[in-house]
Amino acid sequence: MKTMLGRLFFLLLSVAGAISLGVIALRRGEQINALWIVVAATSIFLVAYRCYARFIANKVMGLDGTRATPAVLNNDGLDYVPTNKHVLFGHHFAAIAGAGPLVGPVLAAQLGYLPSVLWLVVGAALAGAVQDFMILFISSRRNGRSLGELVREEMGPVAGVIALFGAFLIMIIILAVLAMVVVKALAASPWGMFTVVATMPIAILMGLYMRHVRPGRIGEVSLAGLVLLLLSIWAGGHVAADPVWGPAFTFTDVQITWMLIGYGFVASVLPVWLLLAPRDYLSTFLKIGTILALALGILFVMPELKMPALTQFADGSGPVWKGGIFPFLFITIACGAVSGFHALISSGTTPKLLANEQHARYIGYGGMLAESFVAIMALVAASIIEPGVYFAMNSPAAVVGSDVFGVAAQVSSWGFTITPEQLQAVAHDIGETSILARAGGAPTLAVGIAQILHSVLPGENMMAFWYHFAILFEALFILTAVDAGTRAGRFMLQDLLGNYVPALRRTDSWTANLIGTAGCVALWGYLLHQGVTDPFGGVQTLWPLFGISNQMLAGIALMLSTVVLFKMKRDRYAWVCMVPAAWLLVCTTAAGLIKIFDGDPAQGFLAQARRFRNGIDAGKILAPATTEGQMHQIVTNAYVNAGLTLLFLFVVLGILAYSVKAILAARRNPQRSDRETAYTVLDPQQIANL
Amino acid sequence: MGTALVPIEYYRAHKRLWRRMVQAARLCCGVPDYDNYVRHMLEKHPDREVMSYPVFFRERQEARFGGGKGFRCC
Repeated sequence: MKTMLGRLFFLLLSVAGAISLGVIALRRGEQINALWIVVAATSIFLVAYRCYARFIANKVMGLDGTRATPAVLNNDGLDYVPTNKHVLFGHHFAAIAGAGPLVGPVLAAQLGYLPSVLWLVVGAALAGAVQDFMILFISSRRNGRSLGELVREEMGPVAGVIALFGAFLIMIIILAVLAMVVVKALAASPWGMFTVVATMPIAILMGLYMRHVRPGRIGEVSLAGLVLLLLSIWAGGHVAADPVWGPAFTFTDVQITWMLIGYGFVASVLPVWLLLAPRDYLSTFLKIGTILALALGILFVMPELKMPALTQFADGSGPVWKGGIFPFLFITIACGAVSGFHALISSGTTPKLLANEQHARYIGYGGMLAESFVAIMALVAASIIEPGVYFAMNSPAAVVGSDVFGVAAQVSSWGFTITPEQLQAVAHDIGETSILARAGGAPTLAVGIAQILHSVLPGENMMAFWYHFAILFEALFILTAVDAGTRAGRFMLQDLLGNYVPALRRTDSWTANLIGTAGCVALWGYLLHQGVTDPFGGVQTLWPLFGISNQMLAGIALMLSTVVLFKMKRDRYAWVCMVPAAWLLVCTTAAGLIKIFDGDPAQGFLAQARRFRNGIDAGKILAPATTEGQMHQIVTNAYVNAGLTLLFLFVVLGILAYSVKAILAARRNPQRSDRETAYTVLDPQQIANL
Repeated sequence: MGTALVPIEYYRAHKRLWRRMVQAARLCCGVPDYDNYVRHMLEKHPDREVMSYPVFFRERQEARFGGGKGFRCC
């Protein structure tokens, strides 16, 4: 009876999903309600979880509930702890959810919402969630080893080094691009700047309290921190309006860039308990809280989508970023559909906490579906604001100009009618002086979130409060990522350089630490500075680089999964990983080649370098550059970016070669050849009371 | 409803849900369940010294962020 009811429920769900998708796809030229997207995504995800994930669990992997997991075998109450599956789901979700799924869909919205919705849903179900699930499974059967170690074990030492090098490059790009999101959001915004600066003394107070007054009381101290944060948002409004303090907290983007670089350096050598840990607590809770509030807000407000389903920019001529649907939609959406970084989490802490293999489907596959749902909500938030406002905020000055009248005229000429007064009214509502050229996703998302939360909890000036709340929420976890990422990068760099100068590997030596930190900060700081001062607007170049690198890491993870399936003699199910891996390879390689070699100077790095070099030789200044220095800068940037893209292509093709080699060897071998740890039977007593 | 008494498990379920939420919130910050750790040490390693909560907390904080770990997703 129960299974009959269950089947009926999933049948109804499939029907609901099909109807919603039909409405999304077929109602052109009229506005539809955001709920259609939410219902379509939810029902497709549930059906995929019930059918496809179960197929993967039972047939492809052969999950075995009687097999003891690393958490049970090495239980020490600290790193390895068998954990209740709902508790672990919370942990895993908090670890994988970040700024990526929020920013990507906002940028992709320039094509209209339809392509993004389809790729988010299909990509998460068939690629992203499969990757997270497979890596969790593989790592959990190998004592919770990390991705780099897994690649080395299954594909050889050279492939392992290539994968580690790739991961380091990706981290540098991520730090640069995330920092740029913050810079774009805080430039010329005293309110935002004040609240973000205020998080530092708040975090340090929390850290001191947790260290010396009441050690380890995370709950009470986070609550106090949250109250102080809200107070600082309120105070920020007064600071921004103050004739003395307002200008004192107003900085240009270049100034903020240097502050961030200095911050990254100092924060990553401070003791972790002082700043990093307490702010991490705040950002984690704020992130979960805001995501829940946004979900409830969308359900409650049921906003209409104002962005068209498909805009004319699907042909590749978009102002926010260049390129058509293939391959650039898939590169731009990035984390919300499939994210290589999740492979690092799925092979990091999570497998050491997994109580039973059977939980891997819920945590690995289910966790990614939840993340993709966050991306869907970000897309909704970006699509409910006036399209004219969206394009005015996200188009670089090089394309639309930099005064309200010119921007309004230009954006209106694309068919997204907007008046200068409307643009100024929006800026006034959110408590800012201007909303132009705020690319990077965060401010647009903040406007969307502010509109939703403002409809739920209206009040005078509350729109500005919610806008700065949303900016703070993103800045907070981006700063945490900058801080923690610089630390991680420092260790990677020290390890890498330690091969040549062994003294640099000593992590107890201040000199070695400072050199490592300076090297890491210099790398991302250079890219950040380059992006911020780029006359084209850095998002156009840095975000595609980030997308390519992230999707490339996902490709590596899926190639590893394919190799493991062949080694396990599950050849006939290998397509489950092979198809998404091939798709990601095609996308990243195509995008990489286009970015390097395309003949259009607005798209291809080499063509751009050539055009501006010719301009310099002819003694001309070409727009958007305004000085000869900028001309030289554009040429240098183009060469650096072409070099980085080439490195990514080298990494991904290198891993592909080693995968093919490993697969051919596995097929010749009549025996299983994977490196699974030996089977140990699980004593049910060991995971009782979970 | 009728006149049936509220079963005792009703309250337990409440407490259990709260406990799970606290556990999840702490685990998100990298601090696993302390009681579980103490229970584990008492059962499996009665000869070893059990860390007090402040020591345990600091040890976990260092383990999460020290050594370049703790970088999370984009």
